[in-house]
Amino acid sequence: MKHLISVLVENKFGTLNRVASMFSARGFNLQSISIGETEDPEISRMTIVTRGDDQIVSQVLKQLNRLIDTIKVTDLTHQPHVERELLLMTLKLSKATQHEIFELINVFKGKVVDIKQKSITIEVIGSPDKINTTIDIFRPYGIRELARSGAVAIHRGE
Amino acid sequence: MHTTAQKLNGSEIFFECLRREKVDTIFGYPGGALLKVYETLYDVTDIKHILVRHEQGATHMAEGYARATGKPGVVLVTSGPGATNTVTGITNAYMDSSPMVIFTGQVPSSLIGNDAFQEADIVGITRPITKHNFLVKDVRDLATTIRKAFFLATNGRPGPVLVDMPKDILNATCEFIWPDSVDIRGFKPTITCHANQIEKAAKKIAAAKRPLLYIGGGVISSNASKELTLLAKALNIPVTMTLQGLGAFPASEPLNMGMLGMHGTYWANQAVNKCDLLIAVGARFDDRVTGKVDTFAPQAYKIHNDIDPTNVDKNIKVDLPVVGDSKDFLSQLIKALPEKSENHDTWLAEIDVWKKQCPLTFTVENDSLKTEFVISTVSEETEGNAVVVTDVGQHQMWTSQYYHFNNPRSIITSGGLGTMGYGLPAAIGAAFGIQDRPVVLFCGDGGFMMNIQELVTAVHYKVPIKIFLLNNSFLGMVRQWQELFHQEKYSFTDLDDSNPDFLKVVEAFGCKSMRAENPAQAEAAIKEALAYNEGPVFVEFRVIKKDMVFPMVPAGGSISDMLLERLNPKTMV
Repeated sequence: MKHLISVLVENKFGTLNRVASMFSARGFNLQSISIGETEDPEISRMTIVTRGDDQIVSQVLKQLNRLIDTIKVTDLTHQPHVERELLLMTLKLSKATQHEIFELINVFKGKVVDIKQKSITIEVIGSPDKINTTIDIFRPYGIRELARSGAVAIHRGE
Repeated sequence: MHTTAQKLNGSEIFFECLRREKVDTIFGYPGGALLKVYETLYDVTDIKHILVRHEQGATHMAEGYARATGKPGVVLVTSGPGATNTVTGITNAYMDSSPMVIFTGQVPSSLIGNDAFQEADIVGITRPITKHNFLVKDVRDLATTIRKAFFLATNGRPGPVLVDMPKDILNATCEFIWPDSVDIRGFKPTITCHANQIEKAAKKIAAAKRPLLYIGGGVISSNASKELTLLAKALNIPVTMTLQGLGAFPASEPLNMGMLGMHGTYWANQAVNKCDLLIAVGARFDDRVTGKVDTFAPQAYKIHNDIDPTNVDKNIKVDLPVVGDSKDFLSQLIKALPEKSENHDTWLAEIDVWKKQCPLTFTVENDSLKTEFVISTVSEETEGNAVVVTDVGQHQMWTSQYYHFNNPRSIITSGGLGTMGYGLPAAIGAAFGIQDRPVVLFCGDGGFMMNIQELVTAVHYKVPIKIFLLNNSFLGMVRQWQELFHQEKYSFTDLDDSNPDFLKVVEAFGCKSMRAENPAQAEAAIKEALAYNEGPVFVEFRVIKKDMVFPMVPAGGSISDMLLERLNPKTMV
């Protein structure tokens, strides 16, 4: 099953490489990985989405812990958490479709970030599932380009 | 922080750090990026620098030194090719958990990334084969980084740590500050085992009718042989060891079962099959031990102690994991055990039957020579007290079977990686660390050629190693598999036409040398070699070509499917 893992790491060069190469060296699945500085500039937070049975995920967690540059590893999957992903997507625009497209943007609580005569770029934020649905729904209108940030996640506050 | 107001350059700081870490010997090879270091070294008298002839040799020497002494092995090599030549040796140390610190020179910081002369991204290259590695970017970080490197290499599960030092850093100056302590927030290994787990383990052990101790290299690296011997003898529990665990429990003890696994003894593997409690200590259920995992120790409740949590439930699902140092595990267990436990006489008698059914034996003929005979004779002559280094292959497995190890830190062998060419340099390194016991190398004719250049090092420093070359003019282990599983297609394993005259080669290096072609000559040569201490001595044993290592569990097979001999493989089991 899918697991969402949050990892606090030293904010040093090479840390992302250490984590990513551990996944490939050990043959673990790596669906997405995102990284950014935390409130402490010496520490970054990584959000990792991986798939595997319990035995594999337990190894993933232990192998992550074993890296010297990881400070804390948390499997958020079964804990209260918030998970978000950002989608940027440029769609073809025509007189015939623009009305429907604008309606759908509203449905998905998206934002228009750029608009040209024949194209429109939108931003949608949500869970990876919502992002998947968004992409599916807009696909028939013609997707020119898209970029996903990968999931970021955090514990819900107490 | 302890401050000495002295200003030193990077190279001086480097040696000052080695002194603080009580390093007495380093294995190295100079080069462009290290010119400043070697300039400083010119006047250093309290640290012995051993000049190797290839950087791979330096890494295996450092590992041999580390395994024999328990102290970290130190390597010093230049950038680019010097650094990349260390890769096999570092991987070997990583797989076998040997403490090592590798210092590499690097091109000046300003040139990094420019494809400069002798530049290699050695930090990138060695990331997956080191416990950790560092690129020093500021001379003010050098001392702390070196302190951290030694700390990481020797604490928790030992392993190699690499420090990459750009040329400009080694020239730059700053105040030398040696940190009193190290704190790495991402590295907090569990040393002390959890008391609850110990209590559970003690109960299981007390109640077991057919217990078996399965001992790995972790018992050696945590110096826990005494505790192991105490525990096994107090409770009458038989002990089987992995290749790296040999020597943890004396071969002279009746409870010693020898090695388990692919080329383990019949009785050790039978005991694994039939035991009701398996106590794995500092071992990692490697595939060469378990064979087919589903059928490994099928009746046993499994207790697993290891310092590295990733080893738990990695290959085999265990019933009771106990994370922590093996010495702590064993000493806590001894204290926690109840006064009364099961009597294991029936179990030991059962094992004895297996031992008598299929003992380890070989035949001796007057006019031909077998590796088993050579190893057996050396074992007797040294009374199981030598430091034995091996290369990789058939002779390595026969060493595990026919050399009776009575002391820990006595088998130095490439277990995890299986590196041919490991033996000669590792033996040299071991001999720099150990002077009061003979250092014996068993090596095949294939592996000997892979690092033969280090014979210069042995001769130059008059290192008194006994080099016993078992020459069957074949890559014997591969040949064995070709015979058993690949329709006797001896593809590129016959070296008969291409091997050099080893005596002439070795003589050219300036090494004392002998040859033996039958048991009588072999015995005489072994005695003479063991008595010679002026420098290295080499004996070529011309052994028969088609000898095979048995028993054998075919790769991926169940250990109950052992092949016991060549002609009727499955009759005995």
